[in-house]
Amino acid sequence: MSLLSVRDLTVSFPTSDGVVRAVRGLSFDVEAGQTLGIVGETGSGKSVSALSLLGLNPGADISGSAVFEGTELLALRQDQLRRVRGAEIAMIFQDPLSSLHPYYRVGWQICEAIRTHRRTSRGEAMRQAVELLRMVSIPQPERRVYAFPHELSGGMRQRAMIAMALALRPKLLIADEPTTALDATVQAQLMELLGGMQRELGMAMIVITHDLGLVATVADSVLVMYAGRGAERADYRTIFRSPHHPYTRGLLASIPGAAGSGGRLVPIVGQPPSLIRIPSGCAFHPRCPFAMDVCVRDQPPFVPVSGGEGHLSACWLPPDAVGVEAAADAARQRYVEGRRGPAIARFRAAISGVRAGGGGAHG
Amino acid sequence: MADTTAPVNPASDEPPLAAAPAEDRPLLQVQNVVKHFPIKRGIFFKRQIGSVQAVEGVSLEVRRGETLGLVGETGCGKSTLARCITRLHPLTSGRVIFDGVDISRLSARKLRTHRRRMQMIFQDPFGSLNPRRRVGSIIGDPLAIHGVADGGERKRRVQELMEVVGLNPEHYNRFPSEFSGGQRQRIGVARALALRPSLIVCDEPVSALDVSVQAQIINLLEDLQGEFNLTYVFIAHDLAVVEHVSDRVAVMYLGKIVEMAETAELFGSPRHPYTAALLSASMVADPEKARSSHRVVLYGDVPSPINPPSGCRFHTRCPKAQSICSVEEPPLRVQAGDSAGHVTACHFPVAPGEQLVSAAPAISAAATAFAADSPDIGEGGRS
Repeated sequence: MSLLSVRDLTVSFPTSDGVVRAVRGLSFDVEAGQTLGIVGETGSGKSVSALSLLGLNPGADISGSAVFEGTELLALRQDQLRRVRGAEIAMIFQDPLSSLHPYYRVGWQICEAIRTHRRTSRGEAMRQAVELLRMVSIPQPERRVYAFPHELSGGMRQRAMIAMALALRPKLLIADEPTTALDATVQAQLMELLGGMQRELGMAMIVITHDLGLVATVADSVLVMYAGRGAERADYRTIFRSPHHPYTRGLLASIPGAAGSGGRLVPIVGQPPSLIRIPSGCAFHPRCPFAMDVCVRDQPPFVPVSGGEGHLSACWLPPDAVGVEAAADAARQRYVEGRRGPAIARFRAAISGVRAGGGGAHG
Repeated sequence: MADTTAPVNPASDEPPLAAAPAEDRPLLQVQNVVKHFPIKRGIFFKRQIGSVQAVEGVSLEVRRGETLGLVGETGCGKSTLARCITRLHPLTSGRVIFDGVDISRLSARKLRTHRRRMQMIFQDPFGSLNPRRRVGSIIGDPLAIHGVADGGERKRRVQELMEVVGLNPEHYNRFPSEFSGGQRQRIGVARALALRPSLIVCDEPVSALDVSVQAQIINLLEDLQGEFNLTYVFIAHDLAVVEHVSDRVAVMYLGKIVEMAETAELFGSPRHPYTAALLSASMVADPEKARSSHRVVLYGDVPSPINPPSGCRFHTRCPKAQSICSVEEPPLRVQAGDSAGHVTACHFPVAPGEQLVSAAPAISAAATAFAADSPDIGEGGRS
């Protein structure tokens, strides 16, 4: 049984402009000790889904199910959730400066996390805080526990956040863009540190990021999100070597140095959609080079495709249309030829009128 | 701090009369540029108590039509150098020679005629466009300021520019807030192109964009370079992007260039330990490469530019450092076995094929000293 099993998670926010449908029926599993990478662009719903699991999205309409070690997280009351948060599931955020309290010393903040969940004396908690800072390789931890967050560099602050998150030895760590604000060498330090901690504590991780390079380095399996839904899910090799979904394929072609990119980059046309007015059918169809009539009409189910155990994709292309080679793209194109009909033609005409130029003109 | 590269005579204000014909002459020559920011204390009587040594004696050349990539981590001085090149910052010392003319000491009025030919594109497409002005006037401003075109002619030129960068010319009267991040960056590109410059300094032009949009802007910049014969200085921290766009790459660390070479040579056989570590730390979106590659993890943080380490500035974190490194600063020179354009500032360059080991800095005394004073004014203020 999976450590965490999320089924049909739906999150929406009522706003004055309309309902923002941030997550629309997302399902995934996290196995104990494994790392799941969730990849997506701004507004794909990757952070919102993680926050929703921990009840950190006040004001949102949430439905679906998220079972963690036999407990339904979405049914818990706030006080019950508080016992899970930090102790069982910990989270680290992108910006360590705004997630540490500027008024309190780092050691105090770590002690607070420990003493909220465990009956520990102040001195004992402080001793543990020093140990934790040492564990995340902060030099001179005995001195650093008395430092304020602004006295630490970006990398050290993120280490302090990691120390706090690991204080109670959680079974699952959710890292939301853990290294986005940091430099490459610091990112490498931190990911090595997290990897080591993970092996030592046997915890599972969800790494949320837009950085495919980070995912290629640390994830065991990868979930690609687009407009609030899972687009594709597979083990890390399959995602990079034989992706099925045209969005995954497009991401790989638009990143310099990625597995499927050649000389010139091939960008995805247009921009991610607004989550208030999500396109009909498959939300990716306005940007998809392989869009067919069926894509405008019907939302594709998230179903298994060939290419490996647990390889799921939400796309109407045939299940064997995988790969990043030119031949694979040609095969997709051949399949699409006969299936393009009036709906696509009408649609293309409509957008070329409304959004001529703009982001859509290039590519 | 004494610099070991050839000294330039600071007394001479005359631009050098290049013997080579104009076409062969580099478009941009940066000679020994130094930029210090004073740190002052006191309310009425401000005294200078120190200085942030942001750029410390940088020399480089950019040839016509090429793209020079500039990489380095936060606080290494790459953005400051970019602003020194376009003289958005006055230089502390050194010279910037643009197309044969020393622009580093020109008056604002004289500078303006040269500014027409050098433009900048900034990182943040939200912060670099005035939210209360319409796109047409943002792009048309350079034309108005330099008196190039007015009225209907200006509108026509602006709409032409909008079309060139892939914006809908009908959106002439819209505000920046009506555009997405990628489109805003196109507005920034159109503004930079308006005066038909020769040089565009791009300071992290794609870092704030989503990956699918980032590729659109990179392709646009590449197309424009061919179309208008542009020369780019391209700053980015994403090494994959720099490798993709650059002909040559310069690596900076704490205000100095530590290595500079043709892109393929720099990425293929880096000679400076810092370059090697930086390259190995970058995470490529290719699982085989990402996992098989030998990652060199550097210990500690970048030291403060207020009080940089003596000798080679990298010695406090360098796994290969020996005692000479903390005393004598290595000059930027061609190392044995490298091609003529490949310069490295290191006493003990990485041999081709050598694998650096992730280890605590080789000079431990210096390392502890650095660890003790690393959370200082510079660190706290930067983030």
